[in-house]
Amino acid sequence: MKKYILKRIIMSVITVLILITVVFFLVRLMPGGPFTNPKLTPEVKAVMEAYYGLDKPLPVQYVQYLKNLLHGDLGYSMSYSNQTVTSLILKAFPYSADVGIRALVFAFSVGIVLGIIAALNRGKKLDFLCIIIAIIGTSVPDFIMGGILQYFFGIRWGLLPIAQYKGIEYTILPMISLGFATLASVSRIMRSSMLEVVNQDYIKTARAKGISEFQVITRHEIRNAIMPLVTIMGPLVASILTGTFVIESIFAIPGMGKYYVDSISSLDYTMVLGMTVFYGVLLVIATTITDIVYGLVDPRIRVS
Amino acid sequence: MQEKMTDYILELKNVSFSFHTYGGVVKAVRDVSFSVRPGEILGIVGESGCGKSVTAQCILKLNPPKAGFFEGGSILYKGEDIVPKTNQEMRQIRGDEIGFVFQDPMTSLNPTMKVGKQIGEIIKKRKNITKQELRHQVIDVLEKVGITDPQRRLNQYPHELSGGMKQRVMIAMALIGNPKVIIADEPTTSLDVTIESQILKLFQKLSREFHISVILITHDLGVIAKLCDRVLVMYGGKILERASAEELFYKTAHPYTRGLLDSIATLETDKNAELRPIDGTPPDLFSPPIGCPFAARCEFGMNVCHKKMPDEVELSQEHKVCCWLQDKRAPRVEELFQKEWSNE
Amino acid sequence: MNNTEEIKDDDFQIIGKQLEQMESISRPALSYWEDAWRRIKKNRIAFFSLVLLGIYVLLAVFVPIFSPYDYAEQNSANLSAGISVQNWFGTDSLGRDLFVRVWMGARVSLTIGFFAALLNAVIGTLIGGISGYSGGKADMIIMRLVEVLYGIPNLIVTILVMLVIGRGVISLVIAMTIVGWIGSCRFIRGEILRLKEQDFVLAGKVLGVPAIVIIVKHLIPNVLGLIITNLTSAIPGAIFGEAFLSFIGLGVAPPTASWGILAKEGIKMLRVAPTQLLIPAFFICTTVLALNLLGDGLRDAFDPKLRGED
Repeated sequence: MKKYILKRIIMSVITVLILITVVFFLVRLMPGGPFTNPKLTPEVKAVMEAYYGLDKPLPVQYVQYLKNLLHGDLGYSMSYSNQTVTSLILKAFPYSADVGIRALVFAFSVGIVLGIIAALNRGKKLDFLCIIIAIIGTSVPDFIMGGILQYFFGIRWGLLPIAQYKGIEYTILPMISLGFATLASVSRIMRSSMLEVVNQDYIKTARAKGISEFQVITRHEIRNAIMPLVTIMGPLVASILTGTFVIESIFAIPGMGKYYVDSISSLDYTMVLGMTVFYGVLLVIATTITDIVYGLVDPRIRVS
Repeated sequence: MQEKMTDYILELKNVSFSFHTYGGVVKAVRDVSFSVRPGEILGIVGESGCGKSVTAQCILKLNPPKAGFFEGGSILYKGEDIVPKTNQEMRQIRGDEIGFVFQDPMTSLNPTMKVGKQIGEIIKKRKNITKQELRHQVIDVLEKVGITDPQRRLNQYPHELSGGMKQRVMIAMALIGNPKVIIADEPTTSLDVTIESQILKLFQKLSREFHISVILITHDLGVIAKLCDRVLVMYGGKILERASAEELFYKTAHPYTRGLLDSIATLETDKNAELRPIDGTPPDLFSPPIGCPFAARCEFGMNVCHKKMPDEVELSQEHKVCCWLQDKRAPRVEELFQKEWSNE
Repeated sequence: MNNTEEIKDDDFQIIGKQLEQMESISRPALSYWEDAWRRIKKNRIAFFSLVLLGIYVLLAVFVPIFSPYDYAEQNSANLSAGISVQNWFGTDSLGRDLFVRVWMGARVSLTIGFFAALLNAVIGTLIGGISGYSGGKADMIIMRLVEVLYGIPNLIVTILVMLVIGRGVISLVIAMTIVGWIGSCRFIRGEILRLKEQDFVLAGKVLGVPAIVIIVKHLIPNVLGLIITNLTSAIPGAIFGEAFLSFIGLGVAPPTASWGILAKEGIKMLRVAPTQLLIPAFFICTTVLALNLLGDGLRDAFDPKLRGED
């Protein structure tokens, strides 16, 4: 098991290094990029040249860049004067984490329950209802979900606020719009996984023991059916994280996603790049953690 | 059947069991009757698809509840019919009265639950048992089935055990509830030959030492010969011949049983002699033949075999057979049998 | 024959085996493709989805050609108009006709979705197929590369590439392909590895059938169904990707219409004219829905386990 965890961590460190390298060289390739932008004043330009060591050869710059990163230094924002990218991220990240975690919890808890209900009622009305919810979830992009929810719950019926993030009632619509697609995939996977587990030999064994149907379902069926869900948690977490880009800008939540989108439209390259690296590392960490968790949860993985 | 009811722990009377499938209704078990004495090992032998597993599983009503259904008959356990029992009532019987060992120990254990916990579940359903007592009983049963170092094993997961060990765990699971009957569905098919004989010895021990009845389902006549007191030969959802193990091998009365015997090699078989497989395939159970299910593959087949299922004829107290060759109008079969037999 | 039939003495004559009685009537032999087509036609939901997608494609091709409006033509006298005889879907905040913009957007989004998915499938299949078929060192190198690339979040790379090569339809397709092929590569490689071990391929090899014949005659036909299914289910992903990038300002450049841009503009006007969001949303969702349902139908149609069933 230790070997497995070590291997995963080494893999993710390599991935992060490659990501950072790619980012570094892409920035240098960028036409009209951060360093040739005519909007820059000479003073800012001078600061930036000194900061990035643009007068030095590329390898030196690369090492300098890595050093800065190690110190958590992502450079200065170009549109928010005198603010470092790091400080902006630190300010915005709690909001994003809040929306993201809420959406994740919402998606997984409701999705798992729906999947189980559907599988246990296979072919009946409840199953059909769950399938419809899953199909809607996979067919409606999150920003459209956000817009439609805003329109009905906020504008039309005036039930919930549609902008800002100042209390529990503000969190509901973003949570649903961000989590709905994930909820749909979770319930879909849970349903098919349950249906597969139900036909396994060990379920018959469990029944032959004479334990109650409830115990057969909870201890044997659900427990095993949840396993495949853990494997896809990485990609699902990633999709929720990137989903925050649009959801935050739609709901005017001062999180990272909103800064990210704003920076793209205002051509604040240092900001975009800094945040890209941050997001990239975050996602790699998230996938690595899910892989390790999977190894911990499923005893079969531990040996291999 | 004129036996006294009290002699038997389990009796099946005219049981028919069918499945709804996409293709229609499969009549998997047709009018099957047999009984099990306390402490004996009863073998059920037949090709795959002959209905032997379904018979075994319908005793505990383990067949998928919506698809499978009884078409008739009764199953008496200690004289009480269990066919009308609800799932709730069946739980008292499963594990506690009748244990079940499945064919493939690789897939029949829950991969995500520790072995000890899986075994303990059966007695945990009875209230008032302390953790220590539970652990003690699990260790006890693991020792009974010959697992060394049970303290360590009970904290392991199934994948950490070998195939033979897993099957021992399955048997421990069937045993821990102190059942009167253990049904074993091809318990050694997926094991190595060396492990197989260990497991078979274990079954023997259960029946001799703990006086548990064992219903052993197999397609392997070798297993039957080694272990069983009495044997049922099943084909096409019906029992064609029943006898003590000895009589089955030495006074074979049904051409199908003969065919099974001829198609296996034993040490005594001359290595130049040809093994003689049974031609053809088992009948289609969507619309089973009205006559003898084996008629079409039988070298002694007669017109009558296709017209009507023969009644069971008693050859000796333990030996009964369903075959038209036993009819007085039929040609003298014993000679034919002997002739075929001596040819080899 | 029936049960009550009289049993005569001459019924007791040994007639021996009657094996021909057991020959069951097998269903007519259908080729893989005939069978798949038969089943997709029978699957009403999938068939309806296919028809709906066909209609959308036709509208996307012809509406911009025959409409009296141009998708970029602004009209300051007719801002955010409602649904009317002149403007079937109303107009947007710049007075542009929404009907022509929706179908122009369909053109852009469907093109990007289709070509990005196609390119991913082709590249992924080629690399995955070579990797799986050749095995050995080539396979090992490719798989290491894929493993590392797989760890990098798709969207992050796509965003970076868009920043470097600039906005536009072709840029979008390229950006989505750079890492997008990895999924189908892994999938096809696994499938080829599985097939390679199957008896019919081994038999071919033992008999000395040249590799190219094995690939063309045995491997490709067996994975083609899966590739098509995969492609169908990849298109919604690509449409979402385009919409997402356009939404965050990295997609096609205005005034070009795409469904992502229409949705973004619609959300801005939500208070004033909700139809500006709801109409494009309807078409995005029904398209993706139809593609998903068609994908499910294809998966069932090509599933060898379900062959021959109805």
